[in-house]
Amino acid sequence: MAAIFPKSSDLILKVAGAVIGLGAVAGAAAYAYYSYPTVIDTGYQPVQPVPYSHKLHAGDMGIDCFYCHYTVYKAAFAAVPPTQVCMNCHTKVKDQSPRLELVRESFRTGQAIPWVQIHRLPDFVFFNHQAHVTAGVSCVSCHGRIDQMVEVRQEKPLNMAFCLECHRDPAPNIRPAELVTRLDWVPDRDAREIGQEIINQKHLSPPLDCSGCHR
Amino acid sequence: MSLTNITSLRPSGTGPKYWRSLDELANTPQFREWMKKEFPESVTELEMDGSSRRTVLKLMAASFGLAGLTACSRPVEHIFPIAKGVEDYIPGHAYFYSTVMSLAGQAAGLLVETHDGRPTKIEGNPDHPFSRGAATALAQGSLLNLYDPDRGWMKSPEASWRAFEDGFLKTMSLGDGSGLRFLSETVSSPSLSALRSETLKKFPKAKWVEYESFQRVNGRLGGEIAFGSPVSIQTNFDKAKVILGLDSDFLGLDWTTPLPTKQFSSRRRVESEEDIEKMNRLYSVESQFSITGANADHRLRLASSEVKQFAIDVATMLGALQGLNVLNNGNDRRSQFLAAVVKDLKAAGPEALVITSPRQPPIVHALAFLMNQTLGSLGNTITISKATAEDRVEAGVDALKALTGEMSSGQVTTLVILGGNPAYTAPADLQFGAAMSKVANSIHLTADGNETAAAVKWAVPEAHFLECWSDAATGTGAAAIQQPVIEPIFGGRTAAELVAMIAGSKDTKAHDIVKNYWTAQWPAAERDKTWRKVLNDGVIPPKQAKEEGAKLTVDAKRIAAAVTAEPKAAGGGIEVTFVPSSSAWDGRYANNGWMQETPDPMTKLVWGNAALISVATAKAKGVEDGDMVALQRGGLKLEAAVLTQPGLADNTVVISLGYGRVRCGRVGKDVGFNANLIRTSDAFWFGSGFEMTKTGGKYVHVTTHERGQAEHMNGRPIYREATIEEYKKNPKVIDEMNELPSLHSVYPERVYDQGYQWGMSIDLGACTGCNACVVACQAENNTPIVGKDQVRRGREMHWIRMDRYYVGSEDEPRAVEQPLPCMQCENAPCENVCPVQATSHSEEGLNDMVYNRCVGTRYCANNCPFKVRHFNFLNFHKEDPQLMAMVFNPDVTVRMRGVMEKCTYCVQRIEEVRIKTRAEGRRAIREGEIQTACQQTCPAEAIVFGNINDPQSRVSKLKKQERNYAMLAELDLKPRTTYLARLRNPNPELGA
Repeated sequence: MAAIFPKSSDLILKVAGAVIGLGAVAGAAAYAYYSYPTVIDTGYQPVQPVPYSHKLHAGDMGIDCFYCHYTVYKAAFAAVPPTQVCMNCHTKVKDQSPRLELVRESFRTGQAIPWVQIHRLPDFVFFNHQAHVTAGVSCVSCHGRIDQMVEVRQEKPLNMAFCLECHRDPAPNIRPAELVTRLDWVPDRDAREIGQEIINQKHLSPPLDCSGCHR
Repeated sequence: MSLTNITSLRPSGTGPKYWRSLDELANTPQFREWMKKEFPESVTELEMDGSSRRTVLKLMAASFGLAGLTACSRPVEHIFPIAKGVEDYIPGHAYFYSTVMSLAGQAAGLLVETHDGRPTKIEGNPDHPFSRGAATALAQGSLLNLYDPDRGWMKSPEASWRAFEDGFLKTMSLGDGSGLRFLSETVSSPSLSALRSETLKKFPKAKWVEYESFQRVNGRLGGEIAFGSPVSIQTNFDKAKVILGLDSDFLGLDWTTPLPTKQFSSRRRVESEEDIEKMNRLYSVESQFSITGANADHRLRLASSEVKQFAIDVATMLGALQGLNVLNNGNDRRSQFLAAVVKDLKAAGPEALVITSPRQPPIVHALAFLMNQTLGSLGNTITISKATAEDRVEAGVDALKALTGEMSSGQVTTLVILGGNPAYTAPADLQFGAAMSKVANSIHLTADGNETAAAVKWAVPEAHFLECWSDAATGTGAAAIQQPVIEPIFGGRTAAELVAMIAGSKDTKAHDIVKNYWTAQWPAAERDKTWRKVLNDGVIPPKQAKEEGAKLTVDAKRIAAAVTAEPKAAGGGIEVTFVPSSSAWDGRYANNGWMQETPDPMTKLVWGNAALISVATAKAKGVEDGDMVALQRGGLKLEAAVLTQPGLADNTVVISLGYGRVRCGRVGKDVGFNANLIRTSDAFWFGSGFEMTKTGGKYVHVTTHERGQAEHMNGRPIYREATIEEYKKNPKVIDEMNELPSLHSVYPERVYDQGYQWGMSIDLGACTGCNACVVACQAENNTPIVGKDQVRRGREMHWIRMDRYYVGSEDEPRAVEQPLPCMQCENAPCENVCPVQATSHSEEGLNDMVYNRCVGTRYCANNCPFKVRHFNFLNFHKEDPQLMAMVFNPDVTVRMRGVMEKCTYCVQRIEEVRIKTRAEGRRAIREGEIQTACQQTCPAEAIVFGNINDPQSRVSKLKKQERNYAMLAELDLKPRTTYLARLRNPNPELGA
């Protein structure tokens, strides 16, 4: 009985197999790459409902981070400030600016401004700002130079490897607690040395156990 | 060495044999088969009776749409900060507010934890004299009632408070109130009492009736027999050396505050020689088998109706009573018990305490007063003071009977029902529902769309106690303000507000009613300051103690006359005893998943009740577990399923109230059997003459008591106890129960000697098995409710399991309770077998469980000898109604399907305190600063947690006690949770 398929169909089969195989490998690689936090999260820069510039406020005018994010020393969350905090100044400054209409409306009606969250950790991670800031970890370690960003973007991957890197070796990221909001601070000697001194003095030991962050 | 070898090395026939169920005692093939299966394969084949909560929820649960979850971009999440700042408010912080909860006329001060305006947990208020930091299971569970989506019920979509007020209330003319009747539950609110007086003054012919299923009326009536005037009673269990409980369940449901347990257990925690001498002894006489009976040193089972005769016998033999027949036929168990009790009570004198139950008739209370007076304990272990009775206010089932009569005869034109659910809880013979249809204007302030709400003309929503202002005081002072922690979710209002509305009072807002009532009593200059202080403290200091109690004396002759005058009870047939339910109470917790799933402390039944009978009665009647029987008397009939409970009085059916609700929310509808169908005003708590017949039907009871421990644990010294005689003779007696010298690990063992090393000690001598820790853990750790069907399949999720073992014969057993959380073994068997390291050890000795890493192999649960790991077989929380998500503790992950979970020693609390300590610049966490949820609420203070690396810590000291033992110590697990063996104090004359 004659063959149903010609001999050349073998080749088609092989090529097709190779293409599908390679495609699957490439697909998996692409998926792994693009879903990796350093790729998917780093650089995230959504458009905010109010064109608020951190560069202007925190950078050029030098308002301390703590002025607006005032719960950072006391709570797990470095809360996004109530509209009232904006209005502390903006009843006097730029009180007619159309760009601030949403802020004024929020203050009038009591409706929250729907800020878009940028730095987001999974629900099973319990990060605590108070613990880090009081230990002497600066905002800049995780958030980057916010004071230079007109629109805030996520600078660091904020994945578990990123956290563990510092938890295993905190010294380079520890500075005197009163300087944590000084994003432009440049140490006058080796940062690691300063950090290590503070670690020894405060007996800091960042947890490496699972329950340190996962509860 | 294989396990069979270990078992064969065990010394056999020594010590008491502990058993959990009759099947286990008989060691039936079915039981062995069931026990072998850790996760029984056949569970998927189990058939249910169709009343599964899950099906109901599946139909009702709101579906969630996950917006924006697309493949390639990350979902946009918003942050909504409040627009206007609130001073000192920090988002995400837990704030605690003091408040008070009233149940059955008793009030317990509470602290409510709130997160961003959501109440998430209830704890006891340490400053409140009836709580002292503890909270009962029911008090804690009431939090979930707040988030009951079936609450806030109105009869029609058009109905509203405005429509009620303008369209109905204002059109009514009440005149002098001759047709006006109020029906409320026990009023423990002083401001409502004042408002009531004012209202009754305004309507001179109106009346007010207080009725609820469980009411403390009989004690007051007993006081009238004994003293000639109503009294309020205060018991001091901590002053008692010998206690005789006459059907009393003071450690369980006879009190709705944790105070008796606090007081009683203070003399059961043996930590020194001195404590042994101070130890109390409890004799319990009861028909049901309550946790009070389980904690008794000697227990006598008697039908509820026989308790009176027993009281007469004791009183006579104490010399308090003359001229009455005494039932003492020499040498049987009852007589021996009687003789020993009398002798012991006499010896204790003023340190004795005879206590009875609100479920016993007034005459038994009178007899108890008499006995206490004769013993000299009146004024010491029990103090009384004159109570004031108010004109035109009646309480109890007789008052309800009179009211129903008036309603039937058409004398009542307006009936205002303030809370409760009388159409369901009223005795069947009163036909309250039929009588209500004769009332032209009936109003019900209703907690939910219950049976009463369906039958009245106007149903308006009642505010949950966490939503509204009120106050509460019990007996001797200790009032507290009930402070709201959240706006009414369903627009509910308080009883006081409704009464004020009807009476047209000046103050109509609950806040004003309460505040003006109290501030009027304080000096004008200090009003604001005092108000703020009492809100902060959660307790109002009493003005001054009344000294009237001392003047009251019991009249023995009047009691003797009253006993003789009592009609002879018509005996015969089966006696039915009604008891409140530890889960549903009188039905108000029926729609509460936490409570439904909390196993009954003794029967371990979940999601339902049963007609409990003794083993002998079951044999005599030819019925077995799950058989449907009809209980009949005088035209009333109830069909219920039988469950045998060892140790019950023979010829008695014990059935708990609060089940079989027909008009109830999605959780509690048609769960269990409605005992009110055969409850009558003449057999309100018990009555004989019932006929019990098998109907041929079958029913599936679901209990948790056979599961959890593999077969090879049977007969091992899991639970350890000794009498104080044995302990005094040989303090090593507990340690010597170890089966084998400890095994040794083949791996080098990790040494834990740096920093904090967390450990726990559980005192079995103090623990009463009250379940408060179980509910506390569920609330703290976001443990899911799984439903009856899933519990039957062995998938209950409680992180702390209350094991109950019977000891002795099936007719006269003792019972012991043992709470079992994760043991946090240093050599944890679960860790070795996890293929993904989802469970591993922390530096501080915690057996961490990482949910996001778990892939659900369940190997760890297989390898856990304590069976404390629980697997999320389904996405249990997905089916929760959306409102219920408000109850979640934001500090703990809400687990998904396919993840293992278990007790973490409340690691979120450890971390919280650690961060706080660091932020305050302190080096070390203070002793006692961290309290686990179970420890915090334990009314017996049986659970102690702390740093075992600090030799000065309380937990370290307890672990050094002679009665300290580790469960399965011989397996070299080195559990961080250890037990203190129970010490019993039996009367040598009665034997152990």
